Amino acid sequence: MMQYDLVIVGGGPAGLAAAVAAKDHGVDSILIIERDKELGGILNQCIHNGFGLHTFKEELTGPEYASRFIDQVLERGIEYKLNTMVMDISADKTVVAMNREDGMIEIKAKAIILAMGCRERSRGALNIPGYRPAGIYSAGTAQRLVNMEGYMPGKEVVILGSGDIGLIMARRMTLEGAKVKVVAELMPYSGGLKRNIVQCLDDFDIPLKLSHTVVDIEGKNRVEAVTIAEVGPDRKPIPGTEIRYTCDTLLLSCGLIPENELSKSAGVALNPITSGPIVGDNLETNIDGIFACGNVLHVHDLVDYVSQEATTAGKNAALYVQNGAAADAKTVEIVPEGGVRYTVPKFIRPTEMEDNLTVRFRVGDVYKNMAIATYYDDELINKRKRPVMAPGEMEQVILSKKKLAEYPDLTKITIRIEEV
Amino acid sequence: MSIRELTCIGCPLGCALTVTLEETANGVEVTDVTGNTCPKGAIYARKEVTNPTRIVTSTVRVSGGTAAMVNVKTASDIPKSKIFDCVEALKGVEIAAPVQIGDVVLANVAGTGVNIIAARSIAKN
Amino acid sequence: MYDVAIIGAGVIGSAIARELSKFNANICVIEKEEDVCNGTSKANSAIIHAGFDATPGSLKAKLNVRGNEMMDSLSKELDIPFTRNGSLVVCTKDQDRNGLVELLEKGAANGVPGLQIIEREELIKMEPNLSDDVTCALFAPTGGIVCPFHMTMAFAENACTNGVSFYLNTKVTDLQKCADGYVIKTLHTDTNTEEIYEAKVVINAAGVYADVLNNMVSSRKLHITARKGEYCLLDKDAGTHVTKTIFQLPSKMGKGVLVSPTVHGNLLVGPTAIDVEDKESLNTTQDGLASLALTSSLSVKNVPMRQVITSFAGLRAHEDGNDFVIGEAPDAKGFVNVAGIESPGLSSAPAIGEMVAGLVKDMLALTEKAEFVGTRKGILNPAALSIEERNALIADCPAYGNIICRCEMISEGEILDAIHRPLGARSLDGVKRRTRAGMGRCQAGFCSPRTMEILERELPLTMYDIGKNGTGSAIVIGKNKEI
Repeated sequence: MMQYDLVIVGGGPAGLAAAVAAKDHGVDSILIIERDKELGGILNQCIHNGFGLHTFKEELTGPEYASRFIDQVLERGIEYKLNTMVMDISADKTVVAMNREDGMIEIKAKAIILAMGCRERSRGALNIPGYRPAGIYSAGTAQRLVNMEGYMPGKEVVILGSGDIGLIMARRMTLEGAKVKVVAELMPYSGGLKRNIVQCLDDFDIPLKLSHTVVDIEGKNRVEAVTIAEVGPDRKPIPGTEIRYTCDTLLLSCGLIPENELSKSAGVALNPITSGPIVGDNLETNIDGIFACGNVLHVHDLVDYVSQEATTAGKNAALYVQNGAAADAKTVEIVPEGGVRYTVPKFIRPTEMEDNLTVRFRVGDVYKNMAIATYYDDELINKRKRPVMAPGEMEQVILSKKKLAEYPDLTKITIRIEEV
Repeated sequence: MSIRELTCIGCPLGCALTVTLEETANGVEVTDVTGNTCPKGAIYARKEVTNPTRIVTSTVRVSGGTAAMVNVKTASDIPKSKIFDCVEALKGVEIAAPVQIGDVVLANVAGTGVNIIAARSIAKN
Repeated sequence: MYDVAIIGAGVIGSAIARELSKFNANICVIEKEEDVCNGTSKANSAIIHAGFDATPGSLKAKLNVRGNEMMDSLSKELDIPFTRNGSLVVCTKDQDRNGLVELLEKGAANGVPGLQIIEREELIKMEPNLSDDVTCALFAPTGGIVCPFHMTMAFAENACTNGVSFYLNTKVTDLQKCADGYVIKTLHTDTNTEEIYEAKVVINAAGVYADVLNNMVSSRKLHITARKGEYCLLDKDAGTHVTKTIFQLPSKMGKGVLVSPTVHGNLLVGPTAIDVEDKESLNTTQDGLASLALTSSLSVKNVPMRQVITSFAGLRAHEDGNDFVIGEAPDAKGFVNVAGIESPGLSSAPAIGEMVAGLVKDMLALTEKAEFVGTRKGILNPAALSIEERNALIADCPAYGNIICRCEMISEGEILDAIHRPLGARSLDGVKRRTRAGMGRCQAGFCSPRTMEILERELPLTMYDIGKNGTGSAIVIGKNKEI
């Protein structure tokens, strides 16, 4: 059996940043396991620019952003295995992995960082009625085909879902010669970033139809037409509002799902809202020594935040490797309320946490001119006005260790959306 | 006087900007920008109504490399009106591995004075 | 001239081909689709019924019970995933339990072993997720679940190994009687060319099109209605929600839907039943999918419909006479119908194969083939191996160490086997049905580009030739900037 102090499952942006941080905090025995043929994860197919404004103060393409972290991993001599699939993780931190050269290997780790990322919600999971011909792709699959393989999946496109990948692919398909006829979004607001709506749809006069969904797919061999309809407040199609588009392609960008099948096999408890592990301020799961970061923890919209979060996970995994399990400390739960859907972390240890801890969350609706309020038990501690908040854009609150020290009897922290 | 509504793309905030334009002897001039939360918003608004520009990203084929395609971008932004000319100019372009990030793939694309550069490195196969 | 031409490479045509390949005869199978198992056989409940449902004395009753009996040895000989998980027909408090008694009596008359009625108290220990309204159920211990793809492919591959020729992408356009048998005109759907086959005996196993073929040569017209059934398949996370196949007692509300584990560990809910005009009408509908959630809840509570990973529709071939139509058409010598094979068709397939092969043997006075190979190995399931065995496998063939489908953990080795075995896969669906690559929770989002790469490398196909499921179903249509 191989032994490593730290095994990182996934060599995408989260895994890379976590590895760098763990190494910089004194762990030498690190192994990154990546299933693809190269490091960088999904960033390698995200060839649009706009990555890294926060981290590098410039707008990079996905591969450029990835390469900055890959270089850091290489400079530090951190070990990694490519084309290697983790088959199982057990609660005692034994990782079973497999590749062509080594076969099936067991690796005993002192600590593990989960950084497997997420997958796209499929047509089946959306339960869209109609035929099942070729020509229906998740936006990410189309992105891989176009950007990495150089092949076009079709020439007349309807897109369901205004998530960022869908918006980005609307532009990509257009630039590479396809006609994107419409982007339909079930919700009354877009799930993607504002800038993507402006630069990917408005720039090319691609209509965005909010409160619309796909109600039929025609074509027995290949998609021939897609019908969309307006939905009511119950998100059910309104009869009589159908619009039929002839097309050969339907792209789906209807949400991302953290890939936690391995986490489950290790006994990691998941939050039903995020579909990611429940973690504390050190990003440790309920299993001692198993940490999580990036899109496997909760779906992010900016990779910069992934890198920050992964750095925290890497650092805390290093502490765990060096000092063993953290001493029992008082924990305080963070309760999401009034429009806040969840928080990461889910709880904090006021005596052990970082001086300034970033709590990230998403809201459940579009809010204009409202405020994010933080309560320590019933006392309002902070209220920050936000001109606009939307489910597609992650929000944050910073908790101060110093301030928390003034509340030794604190039982819960509440974060909620309120009137200004 | 005319008013244009824009969404700032400077950061994820996506501020709703209102730009006031005035016809003058020197052409159109921006007299006011409101709705921005930072100075970048005002700069963006002025530029977007007078001289909108974009970074264009695309891909070109690579021969003899570890990947079939390399992604490329304009080294700086180009006029929005030149986006399609820029992509058209990349049609049929193929470069040989190895490729380094920053390598010039196509100089002065579509007469913009801007080079197309590689945005990732591809090793020789 | 062939001795026998079988039209249709579904489970019925394939089972007949396999049984006939035990004899010295020149046999071919003609199939309009690009792969075997591409019609009704690919989209059904995947159940081996116990056999209590059909009217005593009917072909359905006789062949179902016989087919069920044959599955134990067949599943071993041909390496078909099959589990006798048992089935329950549940009766709810609004229903007359005499319905169960009637089924029990029919089952006894049909020769179904081990049937018993179980009361709620005992029942709920067997299946804790039965609906609160369930009062009792008919338990059939011989009920089973099977992989219909593997079952069909096992028959077809074994037939192929034993010398049967398969013509895929070959659609029969006309049938004419000639001196020694029949002239079969076909259109090759890939190349759009006409080809002619001749056979002494034609077996009509054309599923929903069996009436069309019959009516070309016989004045005893058949009429087959395509009866659509929609299904939802749920994530493996939901696969243990029930352990037995849960049927509903038919009532004035309709036949009800079943909830069943699949042999691969998913949960299946369906089917609806709607007669349709179009024999290719494999679309799911909003109403159909919505009704499944509602109807299934009558027998099983808390079915986690949020965990649906895919939905699909299949067409059952319902003949007006309501029974299987098997035998030589009275006015068309040498033309054998195997028509109207709706449920329990899959369960009956092994017995239908046996029966039809027996008929043809007598018609042509066939002799047994000494060199018949009765066994077939399916695609290896590396997950069933120990680490040591798996490592030996990977050392021998490194492709087994390379996972392509991460949801179902399917390796390149399995995909290569699927492509290169008899009647190998040529499309994404072909790979999927043989290996399960792409059948998991991401529904091929990640693995389809990689599977395409393998297909392109291993077969004389370009990327543009690689389809989801045969002609006209290309995945990519051109290079960037060149469409």
